[in-house]
Amino acid sequence: MKDIVRGWRHIQQRYNLIGSKCSQCGNVFFPSRVLCPECRRKGKIEDFKFSGEGKIHTFSVIHTPTDEFKTLAPYVVAIIKLEEGAQITSQIVDCDPDMVEIGDDVEMVFRKIKEEGEDGVISYGYKFKLKN
Amino acid sequence: MAGIVGYGVHVPSYRIKVEEIAKVWGDDAKAISRGLVMQEKSVPGPDEDTATISVEAARNALKRAMIDPQKIGAVYVGSESHPYAVKPTATIVAEAVEAAPEMTAADLEFACKAGTAAMQVCMGLVDSGIIEYGLAIGSDTAQGAPGDALEYTASAGGAAYVIGKQNTIADFEGTYSFTSDTPDFYRREGQPYPKHGGRFTGEPAFFKHVLSGAKGIFDKMGTEASDYDHVVFHQPNGKFYIRVAKKLGFTEEQYKTGLLTPMIGNTYSGATPLGLAAVLDIAKPDDRIMAVSYGSGAGSDAFSITVNDRIEDVQDNAPKVSDMITKKSYVDYAVYAKYKGKLRMAWMP
Ligand SMILES: [Zn+2]
Repeated sequence: MKDIVRGWRHIQQRYNLIGSKCSQCGNVFFPSRVLCPECRRKGKIEDFKFSGEGKIHTFSVIHTPTDEFKTLAPYVVAIIKLEEGAQITSQIVDCDPDMVEIGDDVEMVFRKIKEEGEDGVISYGYKFKLKN
Repeated sequence: MAGIVGYGVHVPSYRIKVEEIAKVWGDDAKAISRGLVMQEKSVPGPDEDTATISVEAARNALKRAMIDPQKIGAVYVGSESHPYAVKPTATIVAEAVEAAPEMTAADLEFACKAGTAAMQVCMGLVDSGIIEYGLAIGSDTAQGAPGDALEYTASAGGAAYVIGKQNTIADFEGTYSFTSDTPDFYRREGQPYPKHGGRFTGEPAFFKHVLSGAKGIFDKMGTEASDYDHVVFHQPNGKFYIRVAKKLGFTEEQYKTGLLTPMIGNTYSGATPLGLAAVLDIAKPDDRIMAVSYGSGAGSDAFSITVNDRIEDVQDNAPKVSDMITKKSYVDYAVYAKYKGKLRMAWMP
């Protein structure tokens, strides 16, 4: 139940890439922060929706995942630099791992993240795919 | 009457060919391909299901509708493969397109016609003034038992429609439905695969209901086949679709755009909505479209639609059906079985 509640609290973040922005200095954060590390108490933090567009900063190919992700293997996990600034770690779906390169343009898609067994809750959220 | 404000689609990018499935079961691939008028079908990725396909289609529909999603007053998802037996797919979609929380939502099920049923519900709510916009989705990740004839066709995909009165791109002229209790195809609770009545699925089921639906809308609108520029039917395979179109007097020119099953398989609740989307992708102002769905159990929903001037402003705002069809990669039967969860793995209880 604790996992369900934790997942549910992050639905806006996971479904719609809602992070935060400090309107004082313009820095954006994902996941969202309550305090701007630069402006500290002078910062003004508000919700911010990322466009879901970005570029691959770096990536690796996972060949031996844990059991629950075995049906996906081999798959690509990348650090993505979002257009607006923040960095995010995510799987790159529907691609041949040999075709992925640093600097590739990617966009957000909506996918199943994990299932808590056959009778548990299903978590959904963002992943990314190559844009072309 | 209400109209279509925006539409969007999603078809998974993986494909399996009829030959690949036939090889596993020792069937004659050429005979099956010819008999069903089918070459290949879409396969959902291991992290795709009816909820994810619905969300992708809905987001594309909103790119064309260009409305504030908070103005959506109802979300209905029609499918026979909702991820949960209890817990709606529609709330996942509503949250993912930022339409929640001031709205109503529910999942619908009527074999392959739950998507068009969702469209009718939204039309009613819009026309009565209860809601400003409704989001109607038909989407499925259909399951055919290994070795069953349905395995050649059961595929995945979906389409979403924003229904409203303001800024429509196409307008409903009328709708007509024909429904009876016919057990041609069913799946009991807890069973992984559906059962079907073999030959029983043809004449008394698909053909009777689709023909009655089409004739009903002709009578209601005072139209005939030649009044329409395009026609779309439910398409369990290519053969049934072409036969019913010809029986009603439609030409290949009228029915070819909406026929997708030969390339992507039978997307069940997604089939008629996807065929209609393929027509809207290429439609011109003043084009007239007839669409007739079919759901086992059994019923047909027929629609008469006129396209208006705004269509050309939105066609390029989101991926088209043809984009989704051409963007593909093939999987063999082993990968297909893994992706579709047909294998029991070592770590499973
Ligand atoms: Zn700041």
